[in-house]
Amino acid sequence: MKPPKFDYHAPRSVDEALGLLQRYGGDAKVLAGGQSLMPLLNFRLSRPAALVDLNRIPSLAYITEQDGQVRLGAMTRQRTIEFSPVVKERLPLLREATKLVGHLPIRTRGTIGGSLAHADPSAEYPAVLTALEGEVVARGPKGERVIKAKNLFRTYLTTSLEPDEILVEVRMPAMPAGAGFALEEFARRHGDFAIIGIAAMVVRDGPRCRTARLTTAGAGPVPLRLRAAEEILERDGLTDAAIEAAARRASELVSPDADIHASADYRRHLTGVLTKRALKRALGAARG
Amino acid sequence: MAEMVTVRLKVNGVAHEGRCEPRKLLVDFLREDLELTGTHIGCEHGICGACTILFNGEAARSCIMLAVQADGSEILTVEGLMQNGTLHPLQEAFREHHGLQCGFCTPGMLMTALDFLKTNPSPTEAEVREGISAVLCRCTGYQGIVNAVRAAARTLGGAAKVESGT
Amino acid sequence: MSDQGWIGKSVKRVEDYRLLTGRGTYIDDHPPVANLCHAAIVRSPHPHARILGYDLSAALAMDGVVGAITGADVLKHSKPFSVGVTAPVQYFCAATDKARFVGEPVAVVVARDRYVAEDAADLVQVSYEPLPAVVDPERALEPDAPVLHEAVGSNLANNRRLVYGDPDRAFRDADVVIKERFRFPKYGSTPIETYGVIARWDALDGVCTVWSNFMGPFIMHPLTARVLGLPGNKLRFIVPPDIGGSFGIKSLIYPYMALIALASKLTGVAVKWIEDRHEHLMASSTGTDRVAYRELAAKKDGTILGMRFRWLDNVGGYIRSPEPGCSFRPTGNFVGPYRFQNLEVDASTVMTNKCLTGPNRGYACGHLYFETEGMMDRLADTLGLDPVEVRRRNLIPAAAMPYRTPTGGLYDSGDYPQAFDKALEMAKYGELRREQAKARAAGRYFGIGLALAVDPSVSNMGYVATALDPQFRAKPEYLPKSGAVDSATIKVDPLGRVIAILGTTPQGQGHQTVVSQIVADELGLVPEDVTVVDEMDTFTRVWSISSGTYSSRFGSVGTSAVALAARKLKKKLVEYAAHLMDMPPEQLEFRDGAVRAKQGKGPSYSVKDLAGRAHWNTESLPEGMEPGLQATAVFGFTVAKAVDAEDRVNSSNTYGFIAEVMAVEVDPETAAIKILRYVTVHDAGTIINPMIAEGQIYGGALHGLGGALYEELAYDEDGNLLTGTFMDYLVPTACEAPTIEIAHVVSPSPLTPLGSKGLGESSSMTVPAVIANAVSDALSPLGIRINELPMTPSKLWKAIERAGRSHAAPTAGHPRSRPTTGPPVQ
Repeated sequence: MKPPKFDYHAPRSVDEALGLLQRYGGDAKVLAGGQSLMPLLNFRLSRPAALVDLNRIPSLAYITEQDGQVRLGAMTRQRTIEFSPVVKERLPLLREATKLVGHLPIRTRGTIGGSLAHADPSAEYPAVLTALEGEVVARGPKGERVIKAKNLFRTYLTTSLEPDEILVEVRMPAMPAGAGFALEEFARRHGDFAIIGIAAMVVRDGPRCRTARLTTAGAGPVPLRLRAAEEILERDGLTDAAIEAAARRASELVSPDADIHASADYRRHLTGVLTKRALKRALGAARG
Repeated sequence: MAEMVTVRLKVNGVAHEGRCEPRKLLVDFLREDLELTGTHIGCEHGICGACTILFNGEAARSCIMLAVQADGSEILTVEGLMQNGTLHPLQEAFREHHGLQCGFCTPGMLMTALDFLKTNPSPTEAEVREGISAVLCRCTGYQGIVNAVRAAARTLGGAAKVESGT
Repeated sequence: MSDQGWIGKSVKRVEDYRLLTGRGTYIDDHPPVANLCHAAIVRSPHPHARILGYDLSAALAMDGVVGAITGADVLKHSKPFSVGVTAPVQYFCAATDKARFVGEPVAVVVARDRYVAEDAADLVQVSYEPLPAVVDPERALEPDAPVLHEAVGSNLANNRRLVYGDPDRAFRDADVVIKERFRFPKYGSTPIETYGVIARWDALDGVCTVWSNFMGPFIMHPLTARVLGLPGNKLRFIVPPDIGGSFGIKSLIYPYMALIALASKLTGVAVKWIEDRHEHLMASSTGTDRVAYRELAAKKDGTILGMRFRWLDNVGGYIRSPEPGCSFRPTGNFVGPYRFQNLEVDASTVMTNKCLTGPNRGYACGHLYFETEGMMDRLADTLGLDPVEVRRRNLIPAAAMPYRTPTGGLYDSGDYPQAFDKALEMAKYGELRREQAKARAAGRYFGIGLALAVDPSVSNMGYVATALDPQFRAKPEYLPKSGAVDSATIKVDPLGRVIAILGTTPQGQGHQTVVSQIVADELGLVPEDVTVVDEMDTFTRVWSISSGTYSSRFGSVGTSAVALAARKLKKKLVEYAAHLMDMPPEQLEFRDGAVRAKQGKGPSYSVKDLAGRAHWNTESLPEGMEPGLQATAVFGFTVAKAVDAEDRVNSSNTYGFIAEVMAVEVDPETAAIKILRYVTVHDAGTIINPMIAEGQIYGGALHGLGGALYEELAYDEDGNLLTGTFMDYLVPTACEAPTIEIAHVVSPSPLTPLGSKGLGESSSMTVPAVIANAVSDALSPLGIRINELPMTPSKLWKAIERAGRSHAAPTAGHPRSRPTTGPPVQ
């Protein structure tokens, strides 16, 4: 299992990287943390003409706070996110999700931009970006454009990024103070991609629920926002009955696929169970 | 013939230079070009963890990194753990607590545990299990490894306290 | 037995120094010869296809490529391997006419390095005519199923019906008859180190040297020599000092040893091949998946009168030796720890388009006990008895030891009831049942499982002939087979220190440490005085057909050879000292590291002293004594006999015992299984190093848990492999490993000089049974019982969901009040 031959480039700037992508006209692959792409290369399931390695572009790794948003450079390592005080304070759901990404040695190299651009629907980051209504910045030959989460993920391992574009920044609105949150996952083995994961955030206003966010991982070709379930909570508050109803609704909203690890029915059922568990835990952590 | 690249890096404190194809995996470079065969290959797709090394001080899988990416880096492999002819306290703990049988996952397990203890110096048993779940072992059922890492945490924690007191 | 008592101590391992510091020598570490070239193997992407032709031109034209061989070369330059059955199955080291499973080798490319070899392998063109495939063993036996081997005419590789006692009468006389169908999954060993082979065929001296992490048995040496057309003294197998785990699977490297040797012969260079993980999962080896139909006949009081086993073992594309060991390896312990005398076994071995099979930790015993212990619980249910009680009523009592089983096994020692009681006591079984009643009242699925097993170690290679018909075995040209042999050489150097040389192939079992303990005790030394060399080399070591490190042999047969060699040497030292002291040897003894007079004071001669004199001054030796201070012992079990005309065979040489109790809770919403308690009690006779012994138990238990819950080499109906990576083939991590409470009972074996037995496979053979029984017990209010592994949450949830529609939630009441029929888990 050795990778096939490819040209290798380690540009020092995004512009240089974009030039390389153009040069190869869609036959080059962008190498970020490499924790998904390198296995594909080793299996020879991916045979690009060239790799454009972003790891020598230091300006792509940062975490800043601006206009109520947390902005993360695409090459920010998952490990950096895990231990970032800003993320802990402003995006605690992202922090919780990060701890569930593979294992620590994977997070040493894995990046947020790489994970989102890889668009594995079972992965944590796409679900969190979707739940928090985040967006990404893509830069291409024609300049930058902002892509909202709901427009980013097209299907399995496919995004709306163009082949000559590079995802350069991830933006997530800071979570409201006191928001309750949880990422509930069920996997057969620790550290694996979830059979089903549910990212939840609730913002309380006394007995009422001002905002509810529920997103799936693993329940279909893209992370799915469970809006109809959220609406039940926003309408009926965070009572046990409303949570049960939202969980039931959640399982009706998904049409997951079957694989060797789980049937579609089981995934649908788990969607309800984990929605309930995520909401209960989120509620327990919510203030306000 | 793909273009060859030069890789200069420090491994276990020693500077090395080599030339290889850009596609050469870091683990192959360490094993073949630098003849550091302590780092093992178990799956070549980033799951088993046998090839784990410290890359600029942090645990990473050397089977899913290219050698060229390590140009300019500092790497610690299992060969660099022993200092002045003395086993590292983590190595000592593995021996004391039967944390290895066939020894094949052991280099990756040691490097993973070393990094883990840096991020969590006084872990609970559950945290140790989670920390070492990054590496697959087929021999030990992990119990000896868990015991060893917990024991090493006590030794290393004790040492840290002594250092901070001086 | 022991002068200073190193035996029984948890001596820290001498192996650890090199393994902890990155200085081990595994097959991939150091090139044994210069100018090695590297192989990549071209494999069939088809489950079943006729090979129409090969085009190597593009591959051979590539810069850096040395050469390539195909199945056509294999056909021309080698013979098929012998198979253990009479069906005309031709098993070559690569596909020659058809590919019969995904991943079967079809060609080998040899190049300057592995990267180039893989590039060239991509360019090898093989034309195939795809054929319909079959993967299910029952489907494979239907008349319209695709046939893999036309010469065989069907997919049935072998069938034996074995009858012991009078099973028909047992079933006639029974008060209750219980029937069940079980399915056991195809899972493997997945050592973290994969296979590796280096071969150099020297055209001038005609010697073919093959370095590999092959674990034995070395019966494969003569078989491979025959395949390659070499005399035994021209084929050299060398095993490096370190092997990165095996658990059975590295006994099946031999086809690759032949294939890479051929590649070396035909390309004229030394060739190295390291298997990658994808190849390992596709094409190395696994245990068999089995469909089993079980019947049990019993009296109302729970006494078992007899059993019937009907097995369909799926060996994949070819029946490869030592299969059909999947059926017959446990022949001597088919009855487990129970007293019943009547048994009928109908064992079919079926070929389908899956990867080939062979020994996997607990060879066939995981299957056996999953079924038998499941039947014991079903008997308890039917009779309204506690599962403890139904087992107690059938256990072989201690007074019956040594015990001859109806199938020919000779259980050498043990006190099964005592070990069982110990397990129940440790687990606080009564308390667990009370806890269960409370949990059920609260609507929780809490279950308790039991499993008892006879743990066979040191296979008697004679068992393999059970696969053959007695009439066939009665023919004059048939050569009976039997034996379980190991050797050791111990030598004392002129300075009085000791080197012990073994021909074993350890894969992490700590042989060097254990041997140093034994020799230290025998010769009154400390373990540091003993250096142990265990690098197998068929040219230099004393070995035989059964040599190798498999079948939990070392703790029993290997240690015995070491003890005997030490005693032989000690005798010589006493005789030499007697000569020096001018005393009769009978008045001397070896004590505290020296030869001394048994009574009274007098001169004594230390080992060091005797060694110096013996080496430096051969004139000082008594007349007729051979110079040199060394002794070689070959230990062989005399209880290892060939299978008899009634199909009885003592298929192992020592037999331990395992008693386990497990408590689990099943999450009613997710169907996740949580292990709450797991107690395991082992009787492996004398324990030489408790630390090492317990390490084996921990590892074995987790391997069994892998098969029970996580691991399966899964195929779709068309024969495509679905689990070719470690993302999909789930090896348990530290988070899945349960806490294990271990205890030992010691019934020394009367057959070994130290009283020890093997225990390397240990709980791998009981965990599938104990956890299936615990989960069945937890879900008994729903009428669910487990008859198929692995128990994935998805499958379990489906069963709960189905049952939930027809049963109420768990309620308080008699803990065993589950219905005797219910939907099986599919």
